[in-house]
Amino acid sequence: MSRRPAMLTLWLGLAAAVPARAVDPAGPAATIEIRDFAFAPRTLTIVVGTTVTWRNRDEEPHTVRGTDEVVRSGALDQNEAYSFRFDKPGTYHYGCSIHPQMSGTIVVQ
Amino acid sequence: MPADTVNAVSRRHALKCLAYGGAGTLFTLAGGVLTPANLARAAAKGAGPATAGIPLFVQISDTHIGFSKDANPDVAGTLTQTVELFNAMPDRPDMVIHTGDITHLSKPAEFDTAALLLSKLRVTELHTTPGEHDVADATASEYFSRYGKPSGNRGYYSFDHHGVHFVGLINVLQFKANSLASLGAEQLEWLEADLKGRSASTPVVVFAHMPMWNIYEPWGWGTADAGQAMGYLRRFGSVTVLNGHIHQIVQKVEGHITFHTARSTAYPQPVAGTAPGPGPLKVPPDRLPKMLGVSMVSFRPHPGLLTLADRTLA
Repeated sequence: MSRRPAMLTLWLGLAAAVPARAVDPAGPAATIEIRDFAFAPRTLTIVVGTTVTWRNRDEEPHTVRGTDEVVRSGALDQNEAYSFRFDKPGTYHYGCSIHPQMSGTIVVQ
Repeated sequence: MPADTVNAVSRRHALKCLAYGGAGTLFTLAGGVLTPANLARAAAKGAGPATAGIPLFVQISDTHIGFSKDANPDVAGTLTQTVELFNAMPDRPDMVIHTGDITHLSKPAEFDTAALLLSKLRVTELHTTPGEHDVADATASEYFSRYGKPSGNRGYYSFDHHGVHFVGLINVLQFKANSLASLGAEQLEWLEADLKGRSASTPVVVFAHMPMWNIYEPWGWGTADAGQAMGYLRRFGSVTVLNGHIHQIVQKVEGHITFHTARSTAYPQPVAGTAPGPGPLKVPPDRLPKMLGVSMVSFRPHPGLLTLADRTLA
């Protein structure tokens, strides 16, 4: 067997281990716009429990991919969004898997 | 035999003159094994002397099935035109290589449509390497479930065809944010082993989605560790490196290595640095088919010479 399916299994495993990632409408929320091949704001500071929503305003699709591989959207077409609730303090770096020149940071306090 | 030698030399000379005659065409003849030439003009006039040789394969790239915005609301239509162009070629080869971005959003329905349209190609072999748009689903599994078999789901593999060694590489999975994509240590190790022991006179064709040389780093148009791969390829007398991704032709010759990016069949992209980002470029409808097309590679076994010709839809 190759390494690739093993990695996929790991990701699926992580997803299965944290199923309660749905947006909590009662909790704090923040939005990041994706526009002109950039995340805005590029650095966002939030409190624990905040749900961050990324919305793509470009014609070009983008993804939101954390370096930890837990924050992980599919392809977001124009005006599509992806949300993730940050339950642990820390600094999270992420990018777009379609455009490696893009990057952003979430600081969870 | 003496007569053959003379003929070979004069043929080389003729090709050299022709290549120099082509507008803006790069040309090198090193060890008598490599002649890249932009033959669009010759192709437009029909088969000329420079299009002779064994038709090896046609490169199709960036079909972006699923895209529907202004730059081209009918990408399935332009792919169909591309397939028809290919099937009608008098010098049609038996193989097509798709260098990625088969789909726009990695959706199953997009892959299904693309597979249906590509199945109409009159070929015996269709090879693929994914673009970043093909592995954008959260699990990166749609592409591999359909096209993963030849590479054992690794994304990189090699094969031989008409005496030419083909290497498919994947440079759309491994990258860090704010830097270029990369091949990764495991793939490079495999590449080194794959090429080891092969005769330097074997023509090599390498195909991958993202450019294998640094075209424009601010837009991610490059591959961070491509230089290491070129190190393994440099000893070969004829290496042709084919990429897609940037939806326009850019080419370069470095020693015995020819780099060439193909047009898209879906929509053009801006020239590096001339827009906020590398998104779809809107052009007048009558100009669009002139900016979409494929690349054709032909092969002369003696002296092992590859030629490149770009053909547009109109």
